[in-house]
Amino acid sequence: MEEILDLLKQNARLSIEDIAAMTKKTPDEVSAIIKKLEDDGVILKYVAIVNPEKDKVAQEKVLAEIQIQVQPQREHGFDAIADRIYRFPQVKSLYLMSGGYDLKVLIEGDNLKDVALFVSEKLSTLEGVRSTKTNFVLKTYKENDIVYVENERDRREGVQA
Amino acid sequence: MNDRKDKFCSRMEQIPPSGIRKFFELCIGHDDIISLGVGEPDFPTPWVIREEAFYHLEKGHTSYTSNWGLIELREEISKYLKKYNLHYDAQTEILPTVGASEGLDLVLRSILNPGDEIIVCEPCYVSYQPLSVLCEANVIHLDTSKTNFVPTAESIESVITPKTKAIMFCSPSNPTGRMIPYEELKKIADVIKKHKIWCLSDEIYCELVYDNQKHISIAEFDGMKDYTIIFNGFSKSFAMTGWRIGYIAAPHDLLVLCCKLHAYNSICPPIFSQYAAAEGLRSAWSEVEKMRISYQQRRNLMHSAFIEMGLPCVEPEGAFYMFPDIRPTGMTSEEFATELIQKHNVAVVPGTCFGSGGEGFIRCCYATDVNKIKIAMARIGEMVKEKLNK
Repeated sequence: MEEILDLLKQNARLSIEDIAAMTKKTPDEVSAIIKKLEDDGVILKYVAIVNPEKDKVAQEKVLAEIQIQVQPQREHGFDAIADRIYRFPQVKSLYLMSGGYDLKVLIEGDNLKDVALFVSEKLSTLEGVRSTKTNFVLKTYKENDIVYVENERDRREGVQA
Repeated sequence: MNDRKDKFCSRMEQIPPSGIRKFFELCIGHDDIISLGVGEPDFPTPWVIREEAFYHLEKGHTSYTSNWGLIELREEISKYLKKYNLHYDAQTEILPTVGASEGLDLVLRSILNPGDEIIVCEPCYVSYQPLSVLCEANVIHLDTSKTNFVPTAESIESVITPKTKAIMFCSPSNPTGRMIPYEELKKIADVIKKHKIWCLSDEIYCELVYDNQKHISIAEFDGMKDYTIIFNGFSKSFAMTGWRIGYIAAPHDLLVLCCKLHAYNSICPPIFSQYAAAEGLRSAWSEVEKMRISYQQRRNLMHSAFIEMGLPCVEPEGAFYMFPDIRPTGMTSEEFATELIQKHNVAVVPGTCFGSGGEGFIRCCYATDVNKIKIAMARIGEMVKEKLNK
């Protein structure tokens, strides 16, 4: 099961037949395992990873990391406020952090003003938010194991010992 | 113009150029050719190893090392070999070399007298024979094709003569990917001890072994350390082909001779390669395992494709080569490989490049991108279908 998951994490477009051949299982077995992974919510969805350096639309976007200090709420801790934050479509990622601040939010906006407005009007004004600090992303080198800034190329010579 | 007839060494005429080279030249300038002809990993060296080299370059560690290599590296190798029940002293029984290839040359020149016989289990890596010929030794070609490319103790003993000085094999094997099973290896060890011959054991692919099998070194058998010369290195398991770093593990008296020659012909492997290799042994094992699993998956993919197209092929236990039987097509290895590259844009290596027993087979390397393997197998399948239907 883990092996199939690892293969799909590297290439979600591998066919059932190829995965079967690679893991020495029958196509039916592979289908059943993938179905179970999907049913159990282990696999959530299959998406394309777009290189933001190459995609025209993504190139225009502005990405910012917002560090938020919050006042945790009785009974709900950080979850209640986190829940209110991640529902905004502008929020790409949200993490509860240890250290100098509590929540790390990654925001994507069409431009600088867009992000600034979102932070000042939506995030700062949430009940329990004590402070925000906005850091803009200047360039993405690597994200989720994917390196954006270089092309891999097979440099080996054609035929060798 | 120098027209002197004997201006070159006559022994050089006795050794042919590597047959593999010819197929490489057929590939040049054809971007659409998919090559299954390479003999190296398709991964770059793990970052932790490269980073270690940067550190030492920055520090200005750019000198020669001792001819015996860095003790730091030898100690790591000594620790590592314990994994295979091998006990080699870092100070006296391990010699880092410029790839396992240099090691082989050093050893052959240190043990072979003119007229000595060396049994070479074939098909095998391309350098065994020519390097032996340069020592004016007689190469006894032991064809292992009858026993599915696994040399047997019986076949080895049948070619031993009073002149036999050494036997050489590679397990897991280049070009077949086969491994010698434990029981057979034990019997071979008995034959070697009985006849007191050197055993040159090329173990460069020992980390690339699949399906929960484990590499066994012939040196682990009782009394075999005195007869065994282990060749190993970092090229294949750590994806470090370009660093040129390998080693010999062997009895001290032999290594003293090897080191004497090594001091004259290469002095030492590059110092940063030595530091980097030591770091690999300390901290690149999770990367090595990732690569191994990836090769195993691609082996399975390629193997099922050959079976499906109707070419018999033993599933290789190790290395990253497959050696399918192309005789059902009625073609020779050379004809098959030539037509495949010229008409179907796939490069493989004819089995005949690897010595006796290779005719009727081709070597395909599966250390190649999955999508490329798929396209290559479809193209090979097309040609095979055409031939089988004739």
